[in-house]
This record gives sequence, C-alpha cells and structure tokens, in this order.
Amino acid sequence: MKILVCVSKAPDTTTKIAFNADGTALNKDGVQYIMNPYDEWYALVRALELKEAAGGSVTIINVGPKENDTVIRKGLAIGADNAVRINSNGGSAMYIAKQIAEYAKGESFDVVITGKETIDENRSEVGAMLAEFLDMPFISYASKMDVAGNTATIDRDIEGGTETVEVDTPFVLSAAKGLAEQRIPNMRGIMMAKRKPLNVVEAVAFDDLVVPVHYELPPAKSAVKLVDPENMDELVRLLHEEAKAL
Amino acid sequence: MQTNSNGIHTIEKKAKEDRYQHHDYYNIDELLDDDHLLARDAVRTWVKQSVSPIIEEYSEKAQCPTHLFKELAEIGAFGPSLPVEYGGGGMDEIAYGVIMQELERGDSGIRSMASVQGSLVMYPIFRFGSEEQRRKYLPKLGSGEFIGCFGLTEPDHGSNPSGMVTNIKDDGDAYILNGSKMWITNSPVADIAVVWAKDEAGKIRGVIVEKDMKGFHAPEIHGKWSLRASITGELVFEDVRVPKANILPEVVGLKGPLSCLSKARYGIAWGAIGAALDCYDSALRYSLEREQFGKPIGQFQLTQKKLAEMITEITKAQLLAWRLGSLANKGKATPAQISMAKRNNVNMALEIAREARQIHGGMGITNEYPVMRHMMNLETVLTYEGTHDIHLLITGMDVTGLNAFK
Repeated sequence: MKILVCVSKAPDTTTKIAFNADGTALNKDGVQYIMNPYDEWYALVRALELKEAAGGSVTIINVGPKENDTVIRKGLAIGADNAVRINSNGGSAMYIAKQIAEYAKGESFDVVITGKETIDENRSEVGAMLAEFLDMPFISYASKMDVAGNTATIDRDIEGGTETVEVDTPFVLSAAKGLAEQRIPNMRGIMMAKRKPLNVVEAVAFDDLVVPVHYELPPAKSAVKLVDPENMDELVRLLHEEAKAL
Repeated sequence: MQTNSNGIHTIEKKAKEDRYQHHDYYNIDELLDDDHLLARDAVRTWVKQSVSPIIEEYSEKAQCPTHLFKELAEIGAFGPSLPVEYGGGGMDEIAYGVIMQELERGDSGIRSMASVQGSLVMYPIFRFGSEEQRRKYLPKLGSGEFIGCFGLTEPDHGSNPSGMVTNIKDDGDAYILNGSKMWITNSPVADIAVVWAKDEAGKIRGVIVEKDMKGFHAPEIHGKWSLRASITGELVFEDVRVPKANILPEVVGLKGPLSCLSKARYGIAWGAIGAALDCYDSALRYSLEREQFGKPIGQFQLTQKKLAEMITEITKAQLLAWRLGSLANKGKATPAQISMAKRNNVNMALEIAREARQIHGGMGITNEYPVMRHMMNLETVLTYEGTHDIHLLITGMDVTGLNAFK
C-alpha cells in the first residue's frame, strides 16, 4: 500500500499568540513550531501501522519554506520512508491542496491522509479540497481505519456517535483522535532520518482566491464574580444577562 | 498508592500536568542542529509522558521505577554517542548532552540511570574492551536487556580512588576478586558490573563481573534523602572467580576509570541545566500566578532579582555546555574543562533550586512542585562524579601546574 501523509507545521501549543500591528498575520517572533499533532500522532502513525502490517511505503509531504525541514525530519525519524517539500511560503487551504494534488496525481497513492485540522487556524479544509482536485472520495474525522485488500472500513466521529463507512482505494482521509497512538522518535530513527530522501519540488503557479484580512484575539477573560449565597436572584440574573447561559 | 494482595504497596500512575516550557534567552537553539532539536523534543515528550506523572510518588516512596530502563533504551538514551553497530545511537556529543539535560529536567535519578549505563558501562567496554566483549555486552546494554553498574568508589576511598584496596589475583584461567565498592548507582538491579581493582603489581585493571558469579553480592543502600527514585547499592566480592576473558584488555591504570568519569561528568554538566530550567520554569510560573498584597509576587523587586539572576546563570551555563560540546565533538574537551563545567553547572542548579524554593513559599517544600525534589537530588550531584571541591582543585592544578591533592 502506497500512502501519502500530509503534514503541516503549527505553533507549539504553549505559544503566546500575538499578531502584527495591522492584525493581518501572526507575529512569528519567538514562536516555537511543532508538527501538527493530528498529522503526527494519528495520520502518520496509522499510515506506518498499515505499512508495517501489509508492506508498502509512507511518504510525507509539506508545503512550505526550508525552515519546515525540521518538522519533516521528525516525520522521517518517526518512520516515514521519504518526504517531499513543495517549496513555497504557503497560502490558503485551496493553495495548499492544489500544490499537494499536483504532486500526488502522478504518484498513484492508494491512501492520502491529512490531520482533521491544523491546530493554528482549525480550517479542516485541505483534505476535502485535495480529494476534489484528485477526484477521489473523502472521508473526514476518521477515528478508526482497517484495510482489507482494496477496501477500507472506517469509523467516523459524528455528533453524539460513530458512523462506519466502507470505501475502496484510492481515497483521501482526515485523521481524528483515536486513529492511532503517538510514537516518540528514538535516537536511531533521528539519525536514520538524515539519510532518507527529502525531495524539494517547486510550487506550481496558482492564484490564491482567499486572503486573510484581519486576525483578532478573543476578549480577555473577565474577573470572577462572587455572588452572595443568599442572593440567588442575582446569580440567575448574571447567568441570564451576562453569561447568557440561561 | 494501593496495596496489593501481598500487602505490598504498589504505585499507580498519577496524572499530573507537566507545564514545563523551554527557556532559551540567548537563542542558543540557533547553535544546535536538527538532530539535537529532534532528540531534545523526543526526550522531553517522553519525560512528560513517562516520568513527570510518576516521579514525585516514586521519589517519596524511595522506589526505583525500574520499568523505565526499557523505555530509556527504546528512546535511545543509553550510549547515544556510541556507534550504532555496538548498540549506540551514532550521535554527537551535543546530542548526548541535550538528552541528559532533558532527562534531568525530569529527575536527576532518571538521568543517573542513563548516564551510568551509557558513560560508565557501555563506554569502557566500547573503549577498553575486546571485540568479543563489545559484541557480547554492548547490544544487550543498549537495548536495556542488561542493566550495568560501575564500581570505583570504596567505603574508605572516594575522592582518592588510587588508594583502592579491591584486588584481583591471578589463578590460572581466572582472577580471584576480593573487596567492596560503595555508592554504586543501579547495582542491586544490575546484570553486570564494570569493576576497577588492583592486580598483584598494584596496577588498576577493569573487570566485567556478572551477577550470577559466586561470591558476588550487591545489597541496596537505604535511607537516602536524595536521588530517591534511583537505586543505589554496594558491591561485595568474596573470592569471586572472574574469567580472564572478562578483563578489559586495553587499559591499565587510573586513566581507565577517569576517562569514563570524564564522559559522565560531561553529561552531568548538561544534565544539571535541565534541573535548573525546571526549577526556574516552575518559579517563573508561580511568581506570575501567586498574588500577595494585591499583585503577582513576580512584580516585587526581590522576586525579580531572583528570577533575573536565575535566567542569567542558566544562560551562562547553557553557553558553557554548548562550547564544551563543540570541543568534545572535535575530541578536544580536556578533563579539566569538563571539571569546570560540571562544577559550575551543578552548583548553579543547586543555587537556583534553593532560590526557586523560596519563590514558591511554603508550597515549595511540597511535592506539588518539583523544586524540593530537584534540590535534594542536586546535593548528590554536587558530590558524586568528583566533588565540588575536588573539581575546584583540578582547575587549580590546571592553571598553576601545582598539585594540591598531595
């Protein structure tokens, strides 16, 4: 089975988020980056498990600048066989999906996996757009996937429950929590990653249709209000008028 | 903690959030390669998953989390800078350093488990062992199938190892080993011990002793208030017949054990930064969350003085370790340079632990925060692998050319 895993880079979850002066982009000063956990813990690890069980190969792909190579090396250290970086400064989800599709269409992958979202902007868009560009079925929010022959049986997280679907390869899947368990790369894997191929491919021209205009932080949390236990009317009023919980 | 059917206390994994964040005031990460950053990230993730949730309780109960030996092996923490074909990781000395730093960020005892296995057991067998010994022991030590320990210090010979009385006598196809060793990390659980003893000519030789050899015992030392999650014992040899094939053929004299100690001290110079960073990280967070007189205590000048001095000292120690690592990668780090870094960085970490304890106020003495545990651990680290004072005399001898030991 030939599997492509799309990996992105995201600010470390402990980053204090700030934007530039006009609010059009993230202020990247001092930001430490990690591989998007949905890509690393679930998409990549399930791909490796399928390869270990039935043979094949796992390729990881990233659309971004050279600085992303550290994140890509981590994917190789965890166990991917080879990597591709589409050399670009990134863009909208559609731009990213287009770049990946351009590479993937000539490679006949059986399964293409993305994380269900990247934890920076939580767009959950690339997988669906990629499936459209590749003319493949798309299964989102997969929490379990087994493959027998050319058919995959997949559990999807749905509101309040689980939906089980079957799909024949090739298809595009987005990975949710539960699909696999995090693997920590070991030192030997880190050293082996240096010898694995990382191919850099130039991006294709594509006019981005979506441009971010403004970012804003959520309002600061207000102070805790203490209500006298004898004054339940005031509590009800606050819950109704301020918290809008009633 | 629970009690099992035999009435023995067992420790349950306790979920406790480890909120540690790395601090890199001088952008020293820019001096590191991808391998170093990946290694550090991997070990940090492992520590958060496998060490932080359990370490306070194991430490409190003075139990060694022996299940971590296998996990340490799996992540590659045993002999990371030894060649892959002998069970190592094939990494450079800076990678070894950052791994030790992250382990000690978790606990000095966990770092000790790894530094003994890698620097004091695998390294001498690799450096001074026969090819047969390398093939026999190193892959098993690297994979955690075997646990090793290192016997140099004796009850009456600590800072003066050349006075050792443990000895070997030629007896045909074997040596007869007699004597005892003290303060030996991992000894009660070890499968093999690299033991330094004098031959009949008074020359110091290294021998590999296996746990099943008759007349060999490794009783545990109890009652430590420091490195409580690391197991420590004695080594007792009563007419132990050690096959001649088990002698390390490539070294004679004190330089054998001292070169091992240089490796381990190098790792400690990095490791201590990890303990210091954890104390600083906890103190900084606490100072911003804890309010007194209507404002965070981090707003008071005396708290800021402590925090500012901590990060200054940490930054200096990071640069010292990085430069020492660069020298070590070229094979140019001298034992005296390693002494300076071990002494400075461990003392720095202990001072920071004490200051961080004050910032935490009364909470600082509890196991809700890692600070007091680090502080107690660091009292050992200050003394083992060459005491604070002995390392000062090594620097003194190096700059004056005059020996103050005799």
